[in-house]
Amino acid sequence: MSMNSVGRPTRPTLVATLPGAIPATLGGGRGLLQDEALIFEREGWDSSGVDLPEPSQDASDLGDMVRRAPIGLPGLSEPEAMRHYVRLSQKNHAIDLALYPLGSCTMKHNPRLNEKMARLPGFADVHPLQPQSSVQGALELMDQLAHWLMTLTGMSAVAMSPKAGAHGELCGLLAIRAAHEARGDARKRVLVPTSAHGTNPATAAFVGYEVEEIAQTADGRVDIADLAAKLGPDVAAIMVTNPNTCGLFERDVIQIAELVHAAGAYFYCDGANFNAIVGRVRPGDLGVDAMHINLHKTFSTPHGGGGPGSGPVVLSAALAPFAPTPFVVKRGEAYELVEYREGEAVQAFGRLCAFHGQMGMYVRALSYMLSHGADGLKQVAEDAVLNANYIKARLSGVMSAAFEGPCMHEALFDDHWLEGTGITTLDFAKAMIDEGFHPMTMYFPLVVHGAMLIEPTETESKAELDRFCDVLLLLAEAAKAGDVERFKGAPFHAPLRRLDETLAARRPRLRWRPELSTDVAAE
Amino acid sequence: MRYLPLSPSDRSAMLGVIGAATIDDLFVDVPVAARRDQPVDLPFHQGELEVERALSAMAGHNRTAGQGPFFCGAGAYRHHVPATVDHIIQRSEFLTSYTPYQPEIAQGTLQYLFEFQTQVAALTGMDVANASMYDGSTATAEAVMMAARVTRRGKAVLSGGLHPHYARTAETLAKVAGVQVQRLDAAIDGEAAVLEAIDDDTACVVVQTPNLFGTVTDVTAIAAAAQAKGVLLIVVVTEVVSLGLLKSPGEMGADIVVAEGQSIGNALNFGGPYVGLFAAREKYVRQMPGRLCGETVDADGRRGFVLTLSTREQHIRRDKATSNICTNSGLCALAFTIHMSLLGEVGLRKLAMINHAKARDLRDGLMGVPGVEILTERFFNEIAIRVPTNAAALVETLAGQGILAGVPVSRLSPKGGMDDVLLLCATETTTSSDIAALVAALKGAF
Repeated sequence: MSMNSVGRPTRPTLVATLPGAIPATLGGGRGLLQDEALIFEREGWDSSGVDLPEPSQDASDLGDMVRRAPIGLPGLSEPEAMRHYVRLSQKNHAIDLALYPLGSCTMKHNPRLNEKMARLPGFADVHPLQPQSSVQGALELMDQLAHWLMTLTGMSAVAMSPKAGAHGELCGLLAIRAAHEARGDARKRVLVPTSAHGTNPATAAFVGYEVEEIAQTADGRVDIADLAAKLGPDVAAIMVTNPNTCGLFERDVIQIAELVHAAGAYFYCDGANFNAIVGRVRPGDLGVDAMHINLHKTFSTPHGGGGPGSGPVVLSAALAPFAPTPFVVKRGEAYELVEYREGEAVQAFGRLCAFHGQMGMYVRALSYMLSHGADGLKQVAEDAVLNANYIKARLSGVMSAAFEGPCMHEALFDDHWLEGTGITTLDFAKAMIDEGFHPMTMYFPLVVHGAMLIEPTETESKAELDRFCDVLLLLAEAAKAGDVERFKGAPFHAPLRRLDETLAARRPRLRWRPELSTDVAAE
Repeated sequence: MRYLPLSPSDRSAMLGVIGAATIDDLFVDVPVAARRDQPVDLPFHQGELEVERALSAMAGHNRTAGQGPFFCGAGAYRHHVPATVDHIIQRSEFLTSYTPYQPEIAQGTLQYLFEFQTQVAALTGMDVANASMYDGSTATAEAVMMAARVTRRGKAVLSGGLHPHYARTAETLAKVAGVQVQRLDAAIDGEAAVLEAIDDDTACVVVQTPNLFGTVTDVTAIAAAAQAKGVLLIVVVTEVVSLGLLKSPGEMGADIVVAEGQSIGNALNFGGPYVGLFAAREKYVRQMPGRLCGETVDADGRRGFVLTLSTREQHIRRDKATSNICTNSGLCALAFTIHMSLLGEVGLRKLAMINHAKARDLRDGLMGVPGVEILTERFFNEIAIRVPTNAAALVETLAGQGILAGVPVSRLSPKGGMDDVLLLCATETTTSSDIAALVAALKGAF
């Protein structure tokens, strides 16, 4: 046996053990993976990890407004807090660990320079209502970002304040509604393809429109004939994702825009998939009237476990006058934040949130844009599309691609290739967890049976793509060879096995309660 | 290009596997008229050093809150955040993960969301809280929509003490949903006026405490009177630190509580990202917007957490969803949870007491300035004063002297007839010399 320089064997002694024969640990730990109780289940709630001076006065002036009863908030010393949250963190998958191929989510590398820039006191320690003369740099940054967004999309205006993609959709539809109303032509319907993100119909309904679905062609695009038949004088807008949720470019997009405009309606584009075309195609050249841009997708601001996002909306000249407040304008050398519109310009549809949007995300996105430049962003789109097509090419022999021809930034497979194996898309995805990868987006878009939507992004190396494809091919072979238990029981190696979602919904426990604590521990 | 791992030889090898001659072959579906062979008209890529220089220059053109005496509040508050908070939220596993749709490999996120929901419910005195909203203002708008759904009525009454931007946000959303909004005139201490505006079609009354002018209100009687008419009481809190000292809205009878959580764990960030808190009575849980994290067990019977009751949400219900919201404010909620865990009950109560004491010091200082009238009687850490001049001009003048002297009401409500009213806030970050500098500057200003 070979030894290293300190005389230890470089390979462990091989002991023949079956998976079932691994002895359980005595204290419940599992190597680096620590069991971690809720903060509410610790002994003694009186600790604090913050040293504060004794208050100099009492609060007797507030009389019976003062809270007497305990609040119910446990405290942790700093080392305890650090351990608690670091232990929790180790139960999460992350882009920094491995490929995170969630289609439609654009899980790309998050540069740390962006984090550093967002934390400069000149951005982070600035109040939204300081005098404008004291925040000229912040307004300049917003103006710069707006310039990049308008140039990249070929659009005339941008509403910066929406706080996420869905909030951006809301912004776009409110502008469209305001534009129709300004002409005295209130309309009732919004057309949405069957493959759309759930937020599209939800947003249209939220702002009071009836939602009507447009059929899809056999090659995964909007059915123009169905669209033409459903357009009419009461249609306010169409909401189309392009590239669409099947990962395909809408070939007839210009014709779609012309039909929509001829009917007096507006073309809302869901920009969730902008990463596929950034720097190469400008949505303004396609006839788009409004499009939200998820800064947390295309422009790399971190997803943070589900937010915060940021969803500025670019607008065509027709919709620009209806943009919400606030917005930045440059007058001479000075930047002005227009928070109210008066007089002639009262067409603004209102306000979407208290302040000026997600400044912290603006800084990160601009940092990303400046780093890549016009040349780099074009390369981003090309590499994102190349990576997706590479995966599609490598896996297509074994898994069934949903559509023929090149895809854009994501490769879509259906579950026909699993027929007869007894294994579902969900089972396959859970087995990927055991192999160290995050599953792809599953069962979406709804138009493809058992959909598996894989979006690698441009920040994956060829080596990592090959590792991913090799593993998926091995899994696919195992599925076809009848190794059913590997899939049905998966995951085996994750911090937890499959979770009972039915129980969670049937008996909602949405917070810790002292009386349930022992009961829980017993389960 | 430092963020792009593919080399030219990788690219050509991959095109070979795909069976494409050039990258353009993969973009064939793009209409010819829209294809661009050349990069758009923007600068080319830059190194880290150059980007850092460009952005630092912009940052340098802002006056920071920490640079001198600072008294701005009105919906965004400057508090000290422990270093641990920012360290933990930058861990890759929290920063670079997605929405926890695969719970087996997202228990870190899910467990902190469960802890967050529990902390928010405790703090607001409510039964349940969601996994967060974009911010306090959008949470307020969503609460109004929810009240209309619950009561099947079509009118919301907003108090004159509600932050004008919150009111405008709610109005914008309510208008298109066919919910009528009645905004009452601004009043320093008049939350109870909402009761007089209630009619048969009123779904909810919205009051804020502490309100825009800093006034703290016991809403117990408002809750009882509203509920007697089948009207829901929505309580808005823009400064959550106040809940360490004041009776919770739940204790006073609120049906829905929405709050801006920025004060705990999150920097000012020029207005965002922040974190909206949303809590309600248990019976309304299925009408709530946003993500909910719930407890369950795994296949081996071990406790775990999942996103639940998602039949309310857009990705399942599409046009029948309770809201179109998809994301929450995950990382800001994590910052909130860590900071709150570090404070604990002991720390939060003390922090709130210190804030209140600082505001009393501020009030006492301002009382010594001739011409200044203190308008707020019962306050937490923020007060409104009347000055014998235009408040916005005064703030500009003092900014020139290095003092950020608060927020003029006219900034929020230009036609509100309160051009001489100024809102000032003090927190644990305010020092007695800050207050002395403000008082001295005001004495010389008019």
